[in-house]
Amino acid sequence: MEKEQHTHIVKYKTYVIVLIALLFMTFASVAITSINLGPYTVAGALLLASIKCVLVLLIFMHLKFDNKFYGIMVASVFILLASVIFITFLDYLYR
Amino acid sequence: MSDTVIRNHEPNYLEYQGRYKGIFAWIFSTDHKRIGLLYLYSMLVLFSIAAILGLLMKIELIAPGKTIMDAQTYNSFFTLHGITMIFLIVVPGLPAVFGNFFLPLMIGAKDVAFPKLNLLSWWIYILGAAVALSAQFFGDGPPDTGWTFYAPYSFRTGTNMLPAVTGAFILGFSSIATGINFIVTMHRMRAPGMTWMKMPLFPWALYGTSWIQVLATPIVGVTLLMIVLERTMQIGFFDPALGGDPILYQHLFWIYSHPAVYIMILPAMGVISEIIPTFARKTIFGYKAIVVSTLAIAFVGYFVWGHHMFTSGMSGTALYTFSILTFLVAIPSAIKIFNWVATLHKASIDIQTPFLWALCFLFVFMIGGLSGMVLGALSANVHLHDTAFVVAHFHFIVFGGTGYAFFGALHYWYPKMFGRMYDKGWANIGLAVFFTGFNTLYLPMFYLGMIGMPRRYYDYVEEFHGPNIVSSFGAMLMIAGLVIIITNLVRSARKGEIAEADPWKGKTLEWTVASPPTLENFAEIPVVTKLPYDYE
Repeated sequence: MEKEQHTHIVKYKTYVIVLIALLFMTFASVAITSINLGPYTVAGALLLASIKCVLVLLIFMHLKFDNKFYGIMVASVFILLASVIFITFLDYLYR
Repeated sequence: MSDTVIRNHEPNYLEYQGRYKGIFAWIFSTDHKRIGLLYLYSMLVLFSIAAILGLLMKIELIAPGKTIMDAQTYNSFFTLHGITMIFLIVVPGLPAVFGNFFLPLMIGAKDVAFPKLNLLSWWIYILGAAVALSAQFFGDGPPDTGWTFYAPYSFRTGTNMLPAVTGAFILGFSSIATGINFIVTMHRMRAPGMTWMKMPLFPWALYGTSWIQVLATPIVGVTLLMIVLERTMQIGFFDPALGGDPILYQHLFWIYSHPAVYIMILPAMGVISEIIPTFARKTIFGYKAIVVSTLAIAFVGYFVWGHHMFTSGMSGTALYTFSILTFLVAIPSAIKIFNWVATLHKASIDIQTPFLWALCFLFVFMIGGLSGMVLGALSANVHLHDTAFVVAHFHFIVFGGTGYAFFGALHYWYPKMFGRMYDKGWANIGLAVFFTGFNTLYLPMFYLGMIGMPRRYYDYVEEFHGPNIVSSFGAMLMIAGLVIIITNLVRSARKGEIAEADPWKGKTLEWTVASPPTLENFAEIPVVTKLPYDYE
């Protein structure tokens, strides 16, 4: 039913920059555990993990260059999971 | 639905001789129809075992004290009954059997998008089933936690938990693979002219279900893996003694397992949406409203898991939120009920066995849904949590919903699947006995729960005796009904009358091909020009 998409070539330079950003955030994720942020420790870890995930999706998995429909679907999934985590924390933050 | 009725003289999928012979022609077949039947046969065997376990539990409860089994055996029986029924039958049931068989036929495709992945899903299912059931036969005795594997008991019990949990973990991969396969099939392989709003409602229900399978199943996979790690390495996810939180387990478990209820019920609603217009000879009322409510149930269903945990010690804020969300999810379910009833209004109804199953579905599903409203209210839930009321409620929803739709679907599509018609008289007698037994079994359990009988107890005080006798008698009657139904279907697969291509005068694409269909379904891919239920 749907038309095939054209291919898109990403420059090596972009891949290297993304790789460095991912490595930096991996070290930051480890470093953040040594700071006592209370209940926000989880939020910080999730934020960094989410940014890493978005970078992988957009650049390595070519979502940025794909049909916008797929972007909307993936964004919906992100919103869904974020909502699930938020509702879970309605228990943990107010218990 | 299509302008052309397709007939051809190729061998049908049951007769087709491929590369392999005998049983290998089935277990290595990538044909979606054969895979659907593989699931059907596997599930009928497992269902028979789990139903017998259920009957034995009800016989145990026919009188106070020990009747035919001790407490530990009873605990392992309800665990095995739950694991088998939920993970091996009800969750995969309708999508794996009827989704596999009819999705490509209903959207005008020759197969699913990934036939080999489809076969792999069945193999993973069999592997998961074998691993889960192996827990009964070796190690330190059958698991006794119930199908929910609640922490901290699940990593403290001395029984053989690891195979049961690992089996459920493996089964998740089968579910995810089937979900991905169906989503891609519907996006990429609909027949020319079949826009989203011309797609029949059973595929729409499978679409919503598949998204839940893909998005929610990994969560339970990880959770079950955490139980394995907790048992083997004492990490401290859920064990309070190690700084863990047992309520976290309940959150993670129900974040999957409540959407899983919609994995069970959405395809059931899809089946009913097919049966009702066919026998009402009328376009379904509010097609778009049913589509939107299907997606709304799939979406809102993600956010109501906490209503299983109202007495767990969650925060007040979470309790109110989950209670409100639980009431919200009733709205799209009610929309469907109103649409089905409105379809029947002033219709020329042809009363046949599948239609009777659909009517019985409406009756029991309404009771299940309304009792769910009682449990969704915080104040009532405190009294009814973990009582027989809850068991009655979810059997009305899960068995009354999915089970009735499953048998309804089997009687509806049976002539298409096997090319033969069952004995309608015996089918109706079987349904009548089953329906009477079902209500005699589960209705007293609402009362028992309200007067305080806890679930999962093999013994009870004398004042619960009367309703338990009625309930146990109902279980025997229900099993008798099932024996009649299944015997009739098994016998008719070989000896039934030859069925026509469209015995019910249905309008969706599966009725335009021969019964049974050929290997590739359509001699040429149909062009869809009309709406799916065009009876006007």
